[in-house]
Amino acid sequence: MELQLGLPLFYFLLLGFAILMYVLLDGFDLGIGILYPWFNSDAEHDHLMRSISHVWDGNETWLVFGGVILFGAFPAAYASIASMLYLPIMLMLIGLIFRGVAFEYRFKSQRSKIWWNRSFAIGSSLAAFCQGLMLGVLVQGVDANNLALSSLQWLTPFSLFTGLAVMAGYALLACTYLTMKSRGAIQQKAARYGQRLLLFVMLCMLLVSLFTLLTQPEIRVRWFAGGYSLLLMLLPLAAGLTARLLFRDLGRVQRQFAADTDINSRHESRPFWLAATLFLLAFAGLVVGLFPYLLPRQLSFYAAAAPNSSLTFMLPGILIFVPLILAYTLWGYHIFRGKVEDYQEGY
Amino acid sequence: MELDAALLSRLQFAFTVSFHIIFPSITIGLATLIAIWEGLWLKTANPVYLQLAKFWIKPFAITFGMGVVSGIVLSYEFGTNFSEFSRITGAVLGPLMAYEVLTAFFLEAGFLGIMLFGWQRVGPKLHFFATVVVAIGTWISAFWIIAANSWMHTPAGHIIVDGVFQVDSWWQVIFNPSMPYRFSHMLLAAFITAIFVVLATSAWQLLHSEHKTMARKGLSMTLWLALILTPLQVFVGDLHGLNVKQHQPVKLAAMEGLWAEREAGVPLLLFAIPDRAAEKNHFEIAIPKLASLILTHDADGELMGLKAVPADERPNVAVVFFSFRIMVGIGMLMLMVALLGAYLRWRGNLYHSRWFLTACSYLAPSGVIAVLAGWYVVEVGRQPWLVQGLLRTIDVVSPLPPERVLFSLTLFVITYSLLFGVYLYFMRKLIKKGPPALEQLQQQLIGVKASGYAVALVKQLTPAQEKN
Repeated sequence: MELQLGLPLFYFLLLGFAILMYVLLDGFDLGIGILYPWFNSDAEHDHLMRSISHVWDGNETWLVFGGVILFGAFPAAYASIASMLYLPIMLMLIGLIFRGVAFEYRFKSQRSKIWWNRSFAIGSSLAAFCQGLMLGVLVQGVDANNLALSSLQWLTPFSLFTGLAVMAGYALLACTYLTMKSRGAIQQKAARYGQRLLLFVMLCMLLVSLFTLLTQPEIRVRWFAGGYSLLLMLLPLAAGLTARLLFRDLGRVQRQFAADTDINSRHESRPFWLAATLFLLAFAGLVVGLFPYLLPRQLSFYAAAAPNSSLTFMLPGILIFVPLILAYTLWGYHIFRGKVEDYQEGY
Repeated sequence: MELDAALLSRLQFAFTVSFHIIFPSITIGLATLIAIWEGLWLKTANPVYLQLAKFWIKPFAITFGMGVVSGIVLSYEFGTNFSEFSRITGAVLGPLMAYEVLTAFFLEAGFLGIMLFGWQRVGPKLHFFATVVVAIGTWISAFWIIAANSWMHTPAGHIIVDGVFQVDSWWQVIFNPSMPYRFSHMLLAAFITAIFVVLATSAWQLLHSEHKTMARKGLSMTLWLALILTPLQVFVGDLHGLNVKQHQPVKLAAMEGLWAEREAGVPLLLFAIPDRAAEKNHFEIAIPKLASLILTHDADGELMGLKAVPADERPNVAVVFFSFRIMVGIGMLMLMVALLGAYLRWRGNLYHSRWFLTACSYLAPSGVIAVLAGWYVVEVGRQPWLVQGLLRTIDVVSPLPPERVLFSLTLFVITYSLLFGVYLYFMRKLIKKGPPALEQLQQQLIGVKASGYAVALVKQLTPAQEKN
């Protein structure tokens, strides 16, 4: 029994890891697109695009990875979740298409540039919004008596709210990324927006937590009556502390710039890691509520797991290639380390 | 008219997968060619190879981008539109795709950034390495997806437990009976597709642009490659056909337009109009006994026809029949071009024969059309099955409300039509613009890493001032 549950649990954790990687990596990358309309000049837009043009493809691959892990390790969950969330998934894909091609065509266009700007900003926002919408469905749970694919139960005020919340979260990540990768006016703008977005994101997290605790007794019990409730209380505490540090760092970057002193490079790069930590903590909180379900209170990971023959077949591939992927992805980021240079020519 | 969700889902999948295949079938070969040029440049220091690599990397980048965005759609469409199929076959096909992502997608994406944007960040050798890795990544990707697809044609190595597929032997699942043939056929097809894109462009450049040195090199190399690969493809295609005869005789019968339950001395139909209702062909133009000779290596050999199975187990014969003829026709045309090119080269007027160059310049889309036609033979020929003999397509479609599928299908048709127009526009623009000048290339590569910035910076500032 122990061993039989071991493999599905491993894949459940792997799926969580893939989603987290995707949210962090494509998060800042989609976030750039969400922030895009708040930057005005062509030069600023060039800079924004350039800051992620070499990584967006790799970042988006984590989404495909999450999808195929769900497909290969939990086919029943992949089948029911994907068909239930048909429209949000389709809209997300269309959004990703429009923003993805904008990278290729924008730099090669003159007259049509404005359309690629729109395509990038709207596509990124739509994709992020749909992801938030789906998150909302997973948090809220689905009605067991209403599983027909014709229902529109993914469309609720709550899921619309989480859609906006995820957009804000991604934009926050992008602000901290720009604080790290840019200089001057763009950096200052990013730090300023970052502070405001942080306040909004914290408010969203608070509201989502309250809503979940109020509407879902099982989750309430888990947080307050389980044996781990003291330990679990560390999560919101740590989130609060991280947010405070992040807010202060973003403030420092602005003050040092205003005082015309050299900006401490640690203060430039730390916000990104703090924002990532904030995402990690929020994600952990989410998993606490959801475990062990892939589809809340309908389908647990062990009920949806593929037969052992499939799970063991993928295992060596994952154990060998995931560390390799992380290594060369890190190396790629290392090669493009430092500030984004506007005069640097592409291929 | 009553909307049919199953039909709409199938249309949507056919449309999105057809759109997608266009791009990888170009990038697989193009990545390989770019890697070859970069390698030759490192070896010989002949700048014309660098010029070729630098010129083609731009069309490569936009083609690759189109492939990525249209590919992500497919990885979710199994679940959204064919949920029963995903549930039933997930344990077999899911892990194959997981391996594709693990061993290929991340690899391509990880090194693509360096290949496209790393010219000034890494040395030429490391850059070459990145390009080679991207090329190899495209092959690995083809390997896994062809394995998964082939399993749907010739399933092996599985057991069925409670109506769900489980794997008994992964070796048999991956190297299922049609996989080696389909993989070689497709990989060759992808190489040839890219070769003809470059061949056509080089021919056009010889006729209409001033970059003659590069164009000559491109034309010469691609004609040599075509001379080797197109006959090889005919040979592999023949083997693949024999494999279809053995494992999917109904598909073969549709390809040949053969109705009679069994027939000896089957003629090769050059043209006919298959009639599903009447179960016969109209307007046949045939070469006697040739089909038997090709497929059984005996002029009086027997072949199985469509009537050997009930009507509801036959594919749409006309689609398979005509697609097959389009594919083979284009293949023969390519072979002729390769042979003619060799003859002209031998006579010494390859670069001056205007009619030959003009003809070549029209062949840019030939490979893509042949690949699409070939895939229609393969996929439509398997119908009504989704997994040959085991799972019918109609039984495993998601029970979605039809208007929802109609909505997404409409979105895809609009989006993809728009993007395809844009893609062609930019391809044309890039090709008309031509390669960077040789002097400029030297300048750009004076320094790598930090010193390269300075050069690039100066370069960026000077033209801006000159313009004022």
